[in-house]
Amino acid sequence: MTLFIQQLFNGLALGGVYCLAAIGLTLVFGVLRIPNLAHGALYMLGAYITYFFLTTVGVPYIAAIGIAAIMLFVVGVGLERLVFHPLRNSPHTHHMIAAVGAMFFFQALAQAIWGADFRRMDTPITGELRILGAEISAQRIVIIVTAVIVLALLAWFIKRSIHGQTIEAIEQDRVGASLVGINPSMVSMLTLGLSALLATIAAGLVAPINLLSPTMGDALNLKVFAIIILGGLGSLPGAIVGGFALAIAETMTATYVSSAVGEAVAFVVLVAVLAIKPNGLFTKAVQR
Amino acid sequence: MKNPRIIGTIALIVLLGLTPLAFAQENYTMRVITVGMCAAIAVYGLNIILGFTGQLNLAQGGFFGIGAYGVGLLTTDYDWSFWAAFVVSVIGTAVIGYLCGLIALRTKDEYFAIFTMAIGFIIFLVISRWESVTHAHSGVNNVKFPEGGGIVDFESPVAMFYLVFAILLVCVYTTYAIRRSSVGRTLLTIRTSEDLADAIGVRVGFSKQLAFAASAVFGGIGGGLYATVVGFIGPDSASIDKTFEFLMFILVGGMGTVAGPLLGSMIVTFLFELFQDFQAYRFIVLGPIIVALVIFAPRGIIGYLGGFVDKRSRRRRAAEARQSTDGRQASDPRGPDGASKSIESDDHSGSDSTARNQSNAGHTGGSTSSEETK
Repeated sequence: MTLFIQQLFNGLALGGVYCLAAIGLTLVFGVLRIPNLAHGALYMLGAYITYFFLTTVGVPYIAAIGIAAIMLFVVGVGLERLVFHPLRNSPHTHHMIAAVGAMFFFQALAQAIWGADFRRMDTPITGELRILGAEISAQRIVIIVTAVIVLALLAWFIKRSIHGQTIEAIEQDRVGASLVGINPSMVSMLTLGLSALLATIAAGLVAPINLLSPTMGDALNLKVFAIIILGGLGSLPGAIVGGFALAIAETMTATYVSSAVGEAVAFVVLVAVLAIKPNGLFTKAVQR
Repeated sequence: MKNPRIIGTIALIVLLGLTPLAFAQENYTMRVITVGMCAAIAVYGLNIILGFTGQLNLAQGGFFGIGAYGVGLLTTDYDWSFWAAFVVSVIGTAVIGYLCGLIALRTKDEYFAIFTMAIGFIIFLVISRWESVTHAHSGVNNVKFPEGGGIVDFESPVAMFYLVFAILLVCVYTTYAIRRSSVGRTLLTIRTSEDLADAIGVRVGFSKQLAFAASAVFGGIGGGLYATVVGFIGPDSASIDKTFEFLMFILVGGMGTVAGPLLGSMIVTFLFELFQDFQAYRFIVLGPIIVALVIFAPRGIIGYLGGFVDKRSRRRRAAEARQSTDGRQASDPRGPDGASKSIESDDHSGSDSTARNQSNAGHTGGSTSSEETK
């Protein structure tokens, strides 16, 4: 039972990370109608920049994540301008190939700056909490709490603020939104920036638990794609439910079956779901 | 065979076939070219599903890996002959490809791409984690060379080159035949619009299934040959990076063309060799090149040259048509093709067309010429 509770919290922490990363990706899909295959690379870059500010420059943990998030917001905007904007009228395969090019570029860049070796990032948040006899590291509690706060802020931003509402408007009807004076280009930039920012927060939170490497984004990339496909591309609730469900399934399988199976569970679930429902579980009708 | 595209493709193939004359003494160069050709075979598979059908299949690296591991494991651990192992692993890849296609092709567009990427990743995971069968990270060593009969001996790089070259030729011809056949037209229709294809009675599902299986088979063939050419394989040969490499080959050469995959594979293979010393950093340069290619030259080198060649040949045909109308009477009874050409040449107004009008004036006696004579 103790083990179960401990793993449940581990799963929830992982779920928080998956959610933050998946929400950004699904927002981008909703607005730009492209699966951004470079998302994992943005996450990786976010982790390294957080590491740089925390370890090399020496700013506090939260500030390091904040600075990295702002920098990645700019990178995301740049990515939209330089890569996706020129391709807006191309077939969808072109977007994906271009995103792969960008992904390779980011990975090579990180490797050139920080080397290919694994790096460890220490966190100032230490200590453990005892919950129902299980010992949970404080870092994991921080991840869960931060994820919930950020998700709530995001929900407020999209539903209540003007800029957030433009995102939703474009998602619902691109042409209609531009008719009432919303600039789709601006919204696209905002969305990609926001998605990179969310990925960076996720990466900064999880970096002290995992190791950093230039290819750390690859596995996450695939899992996050599995999540948003399970949840239905472009669906926010789907991304949240899918993120937590997949993370808990993964942690539990890794604990009770084997770690290799745990790693593959996301894809097995993905294959099974798509075999039954080719458009995901929570798909809303998306117009092209 | 007046089509400049076909002449160009044949010239490219002949040029490639003659490379051993220049590099026969340099085993390393021969091997680089041969490995490039193995990749090219897999890229031809990608060409069928991505170039013709327009479906982004990101599992091609996985199929390549299955082919490679099939040959590698059967010839080393089970001591099969290369040929038996090769045939079995290609058939195995076809079966796995068909089964994956059954599920994958229920999905569309982005779902299809991501789903096949997941298939590719599962194949990679199985290969890199299933230690008791695939030796995981230690890989497979000493993959057998193909057994030769009589005077043929595949242990020399040049002989190996010609073996792969011959199989590559078959693949290029198959691609050409598919492109020309009704199957190829069906696939191109699906690329243009799946709904439209469905509406006019094309068997969309069946055709896509066929294209997917064919691409898996090509991937398996390329992988199987790769294993024997290199002699050592590791999980890397099935990784998603392999798929992206193939994608770059096809992008540089030109999607949906017959010569593109070959040209792209050769050029990028040599580009990779050039960047060998910066193995890890090469994508700092190559990444932006991929992006720039997609944005500025989405049809690749062959697409670009092809457009140029087509324009020239169209202009030449127009010029020929103009000359032939000069020689004959305009009222000559001609086929509808000739008639359309003469209309095209009449569009050119200028000094030469005025001259032609004057020379024709005596025969036709049209209203314009009668005005000129006044």
